[in-house]
Amino acid sequence: MESQITIIKPKKLFSFSELKEVWKHRELLYFFTWRDLKVRYKQTAIGALWAIFQPFITMVVFTVFFGGLLNVPSDGVPYPIFVYTGLLFWQFFSTALSDTSSVLITNQAIITKVYFPRLLLPLSSVATKFVDFAIASIILVGMMMYYGYTPNLVGLLVIPLLLLITFMASVGLGLFLASINVKYRDVRYVLPFFIQMLLFVTPVIYPAGVLGKYSWILALNPMMGVIQSARAALLGTTVLNWTLVFISLLATFILMIIGIYTFKKTERYFADII
Amino acid sequence: MKIIEAKGIGKKYNINHQKGGYVALRDVLTNIFKNPFAFLKTKAKDVLGIDTKEEFWALRDINFEINKGEVVGIIGRNGAGKSTLLKILSQITPPTTGEIKIHGTVGSLLEVGTGFHPELTGRENIFLNGAILGMKKSSIIKKFDEIVKFAGVEKFLDTPVKYYSSGMYVRLAFSVAAHMDSDILIIDEVLAVGDSDFQKKCLGKMEEITNKEGRTILFVSHNMDTIRRLCKKTILLKDGGIEAIGDTDIILKNYVGILETDRDSFEIKSGLKKIVLKKIVFKQQDQSFSIIIDSQEKISSIRIGLGINSVDSNRITTLLSNHFNKKLDIIPGSNEFVCTIPLLPIKPGYYYIDILVGNDSEVFLFSKEKYSFTINNSIGVNQQLDDSQGYVIIDQNWSKK
Repeated sequence: MESQITIIKPKKLFSFSELKEVWKHRELLYFFTWRDLKVRYKQTAIGALWAIFQPFITMVVFTVFFGGLLNVPSDGVPYPIFVYTGLLFWQFFSTALSDTSSVLITNQAIITKVYFPRLLLPLSSVATKFVDFAIASIILVGMMMYYGYTPNLVGLLVIPLLLLITFMASVGLGLFLASINVKYRDVRYVLPFFIQMLLFVTPVIYPAGVLGKYSWILALNPMMGVIQSARAALLGTTVLNWTLVFISLLATFILMIIGIYTFKKTERYFADII
Repeated sequence: MKIIEAKGIGKKYNINHQKGGYVALRDVLTNIFKNPFAFLKTKAKDVLGIDTKEEFWALRDINFEINKGEVVGIIGRNGAGKSTLLKILSQITPPTTGEIKIHGTVGSLLEVGTGFHPELTGRENIFLNGAILGMKKSSIIKKFDEIVKFAGVEKFLDTPVKYYSSGMYVRLAFSVAAHMDSDILIIDEVLAVGDSDFQKKCLGKMEEITNKEGRTILFVSHNMDTIRRLCKKTILLKDGGIEAIGDTDIILKNYVGILETDRDSFEIKSGLKKIVLKKIVFKQQDQSFSIIIDSQEKISSIRIGLGINSVDSNRITTLLSNHFNKKLDIIPGSNEFVCTIPLLPIKPGYYYIDILVGNDSEVFLFSKEKYSFTINNSIGVNQQLDDSQGYVIIDQNWSKK
């Protein structure tokens, strides 16, 4: 018999054995993700096409108003493909953020009845966004072919890194919001508003250069680095700025630490107060 | 071999009146009832603006050891700390003090069907629920047919469970849980679901798990009959501490010899008459029940009685004053009615009592499953019935001609 010893005692803030726990429960992570995807598209007429629909329609609307009527600059590339590249990453981030922040509340029935590493829940809700991202990027590929853009090799290689940054940023901020949401239910009212504000301080509909010498303020927002680098990599709008990527990486790292710290701190009692 | 060792386990809840954040209302309420004066004091401090932080120990200094293969019952009244202990053992909430060492994997079953999603099909839910309960995908696949067969839902495997009847739903959920493969199982009163046929099937399965597979089980229940059947050892909790631990029969004898009624008196208003049932006492030595009732008015020629119910809610018999043409009156103030029973030839076990009080036109019923008592030996007969022989021994004579 495989002998495994569990020790239950007052929770410490953080220990590496918890990461091991997460790894041990990776199958459950898969099942949570699978459940979320399955349930989401179960009773919809066009199913997973919704993942394309949302960014696509948003792109059309933005193109008509910002690109067409308002003449927002787009770094010399056609506005539709410019805004779609931004939207792709932006939607990953914003939907992941809003799902993650409420994930503990929506799963409270499980949390109060069964043990598993709680980190799995936010992780799985971000993981589902990878699938949406993959589906929605089909449109981007189509647009790149239509407009005749071929990404260079470095560009293709940097995309996974950008995805990792987006993932970490959503997990970090998501964990933070999820934990305070358990205690203060105000979060769910504030969050949609907060995300909408974030859209305007992230260069999704306009190029990052628009602020001139104040652009560095935007760089504090990790999604700025991600979106600008994605455009540079795929569309060649600017030269890929590695410093920017690095700043984003650092900022998400800090976000992750804050997120995990808050989460761990609340984890000790959220089964009691949820 | 020791499989669970608990040392000095305690769980404290903080109730911060000042901040009024999102704290569990349940805990606040328990606290108010447990300690009304402390509550008033903090309320007063609240009004005066003094910061108060109230502590409530749901569990305090719990020590026990459980050996491999033991089936242990955990009993105690509501609020004694049973659920908290289960939650700590199943790692849902961490203890405030102490440490538990567990050798092996723990599966907890605090509810049937945890994580079932109504939109998903039976097949999908088996996998999801199994995974949530900590089963490996490979072992779910291996046991899949067995699970489906036990639940009897073969035909509806690909139907979303929201279309299941509640019986099917519960059967499927229990079936998944019953096939968990952890070394230690922690079970809350999940057997209190489903129809009585299915309950029997579940009990059978539980016995199978314990006897054949030699697994360690911790089992919380209010149902003393089940505890007696399944568990050799019992832990009795009282007010957050261990009152007694040891052999089930001995514990049950000490614990449930007397009715659990001093907890609450309760009140029924009907028409103009107001009566309050204060207390019921069952004295096995005197072979008598005492029913103490307070009334505001005089009610003449009443009927009073006791209904004795088995744990699966079947009425075994009713003891009723007017069956014997006894005329009794209730006077304003306190009344004690005593029913002496020379013979109570029912099977040893755990019973629920209904109290009936009425006059010619109306009957007040004090509800079921509030009051309970245990019979250790059938009164007035030498023979004892076992499980398969029914509930009552009728006086009989055998001879050969």
